[in-house]
Amino acid sequence: MSRLRKIFLAPSWAIMIALFLTPLGIIVVYSALTRGAYGGFAFPFTLESYARLIDPLYLTILVRSFWIAAASTAGCLLLGFPLALFISRSGSRKNLYLSLVILPFWTSFLIRTYAWMFLLRDTGLINSTLAKLGLIREPLPLLYNDGAVILGLVYSYLPFMVLPLYATLERLDKNLLEAAADLGARPWQTLVRIVIPLCAPGIRAGSILVFIPCLGAYLTPDLLGGGKSVMIGNLIQNQFTTARDWPFGSAISLALMAIVMVLMYVFVRRDKESLL
Amino acid sequence: MKSLSLYAVFAYMFLHVPLLILAAFSFNSSRFTVWEGFSLRWYRAAFADAQLGEAAWNSLVIAVAATVVSTVIGTFCAYGLWKRSAPVLAGSLYLSLVTPEIVTGVSLLAFYQAIFRFLHLQLGMHTVILAHVAFCIAYVVIVVMARLRTVDAQLEEAALDLGANEWQAFRYVTLPAILPGVVSAALLAFTVSFDDYVITSLVAGVDSETLPMVIYAVARRGVNPMLNAISALIVFGLGALILISERLQARPAA
Repeated sequence: MSRLRKIFLAPSWAIMIALFLTPLGIIVVYSALTRGAYGGFAFPFTLESYARLIDPLYLTILVRSFWIAAASTAGCLLLGFPLALFISRSGSRKNLYLSLVILPFWTSFLIRTYAWMFLLRDTGLINSTLAKLGLIREPLPLLYNDGAVILGLVYSYLPFMVLPLYATLERLDKNLLEAAADLGARPWQTLVRIVIPLCAPGIRAGSILVFIPCLGAYLTPDLLGGGKSVMIGNLIQNQFTTARDWPFGSAISLALMAIVMVLMYVFVRRDKESLL
Repeated sequence: MKSLSLYAVFAYMFLHVPLLILAAFSFNSSRFTVWEGFSLRWYRAAFADAQLGEAAWNSLVIAVAATVVSTVIGTFCAYGLWKRSAPVLAGSLYLSLVTPEIVTGVSLLAFYQAIFRFLHLQLGMHTVILAHVAFCIAYVVIVVMARLRTVDAQLEEAALDLGANEWQAFRYVTLPAILPGVVSAALLAFTVSFDDYVITSLVAGVDSETLPMVIYAVARRGVNPMLNAISALIVFGLGALILISERLQARPAA
């Protein structure tokens, strides 16, 4: 067996080494260099780029990214938990309802974000409808702020929250709920004291699955936040394009990667279930 | 339960209404976001647009190439991992999946630029296709692996006992059993590749502008109903592919 297996694994090894691990390695090297006179990079090795991460200017962006990711995760949880509970209790229609959650996720991320621009911008549907009804004179500033970014992120990543929540709710022992009811618990008491605590692994999994992509988001803050709600992803993109400071851009990328890996590590160690 | 149903209706509206409104306004005869009447003018405009046509063609070529390569490589990989685990490879596939797209994009850009110092090459279709292959493989492996878990490993052992060699056991026993999963993985890889903007925009050259790149540029400029028409076409096209993909994943092993 082992020879065929080696042949089968070789191409994916080659691709992963050449197009994923090596590029990351190059970023590691760049992060320790200095910016060249015309962009690019120059020697000697230094840790200057990392020191700049705690510059208040950039620290603000890091902190904002954390708060936006946390708020989006909370939003997904508030919207997703009742939805998952509803699906887990809907009998034979479960699969249909589940598909309705997953389907929009796989259809174009870019277009789903654009849909919110279409609704929220100054000349967008909401503002033009309100203006036509005579309710407002000046368009409401709905787009290009933190709220719009959070809305877009919740909209984009809600399925990541619903799926693990649904999986744990589905496995929940129904006898426990009956026992609680028999012992005199009201429905909300059962929910708060039985369902939610037993659902903790699903809540953890869903939260981490939403938090990680939100923290590294680029497109959503770029389109819905404009220049006003900049996150880590936009800062990285800016360093590699307009600012042409590749060493600093690399250092931010690695800092982001480090956070993601720590979160994944903590999560994977606690919940052994994996996809591969 | 009643309030829960109401809540669910609200959540589903939140998920689906924005795209439906977007699609509805692609049939609006007005240039502005006020309904005036039914018209197909924006579809006609979209199909007549040369830049859009070229970008759509580029996206199609890239997505088909990336899908074929990543599906073959990813299926082989899933099969190899199913036989015996390879923690480092599985770990890097995992990592590639959770790495923020922007980081994948800039690291590939840095990588290509470093190579171009030694080779006389430029960013273009080939660099985009390679990048797409790299991020599609993990999706393929996960979908095919889920299918492999439902396959009885003893069937292959029986084939080997009966004189088949390893390749024949894979080709005639396991592959037919996982084929729906492989097709499903390919459809998924296609949609992921066709839709990508962040990584593509960083590693694309002048000759390889894709549909999402044009959409992004138009979206930033302002309201353009033509964009609604393109969006509706893409959303329903990709949506159909995903539905087929889900059907195949749900189909029981033959």
